Amino acid sequence: MRLILFAVSLAGFAAFFAAGARGLRPVGHYAGPYGDVLNAISVPERHATDVVTAINFDFRGFDTLGEEFILFGSVMGVLLILRQQHDELRKENPEEDPNGPPAASDAMRAFTLALVGPMVIFGLYIVFHGQLTPGGGFQGGLILATAPLMVYLSGKLDEFKAVTSPRLVEIAEATGAGGFALVGLAGLAAGKNFLENILPLGKTGSVFSSGTIFLISVLTGIEVAAGIVLAMQSFLEHALEIMQRGRNG
Amino acid sequence: MSGLEWLMGWMGYAVAIWVFAAGLYGIVTSRNWMHLAICLAVMQSSTYVLLLSIGYRTGGAAPVFADIPVGARAVDPVVQALTLTDIVVEATVLALVVVLAVQIHKHSGTLDPDKLRELEG
Repeated sequence: MRLILFAVSLAGFAAFFAAGARGLRPVGHYAGPYGDVLNAISVPERHATDVVTAINFDFRGFDTLGEEFILFGSVMGVLLILRQQHDELRKENPEEDPNGPPAASDAMRAFTLALVGPMVIFGLYIVFHGQLTPGGGFQGGLILATAPLMVYLSGKLDEFKAVTSPRLVEIAEATGAGGFALVGLAGLAAGKNFLENILPLGKTGSVFSSGTIFLISVLTGIEVAAGIVLAMQSFLEHALEIMQRGRNG
Repeated sequence: MSGLEWLMGWMGYAVAIWVFAAGLYGIVTSRNWMHLAICLAVMQSSTYVLLLSIGYRTGGAAPVFADIPVGARAVDPVVQALTLTDIVVEATVLALVVVLAVQIHKHSGTLDPDKLRELEG
């Protein structure tokens, strides 16, 4: 029954999609004009060689502000849904729980611990070079967030908690999200448009170039990394520490 | 236009609809909330293929002018930026769906959507 309904709807969808695709050009024959205009003005006007980052953090920066708050809202949703509820208790010694996950093997510990440093360096590199080469705040922030995860995989929950102080991570999350909006408002304060560049553009190709694009990329990196770490904290605490009242183990 | 060119010209859109349909089939036949979440991710990834197909230009370089001169033949950066947005949104949706699955499993002990309905009724 379900499959019949599915087949009928898929046929309908295929018909509409085919009708819509008739207006498209064949793949490989992109005709512009927006992409070509942005490709042409990104380097001279914004001193940013990665046009994708220039679009995300400058040309359509307002959309990206919304996108960042989608991420922010989603992380808040995760925290809210996974919070400790009135019928739940916190385990006193989660590490000694016989039903908990087994300890990591030596190979796992050595490998994940060796990855922590490279992940931090690589994440910072991607965040700071977003305006020059592919990358930026979103990608780099996610890579940065894997470093604490590696710490968890290489050891125990206590060590993960030691490197990710919830208070600091929350402050970082708020700084990243609020900072983006403040950079936009600073444009207004300077008598320009919202999110318009107000910083010196610098020399094309250097790390500290392209004005607010660089600043927003770094702020987004902080926000994304902190948001993902907050969600991970919440998941791990929920899985390992919280248990239902009246149930043993 | 030769047959092969014609085929390559529409292949991108065909792949997009195929990935979409595969994900949708998975959602329709799903008996597990986690499986459903993954199918949703598969379905949404069809939009990446569609967006990148629209912006592709034969022989075009990536829109990064760090080592190629400004004005070189490059693909459309707008759809690539949209794809990045798309990926971020997918990640947030997936996080919320997985969290809901965790809570549902905790409260009802099952991840099967059909059984859930029986429990509620």
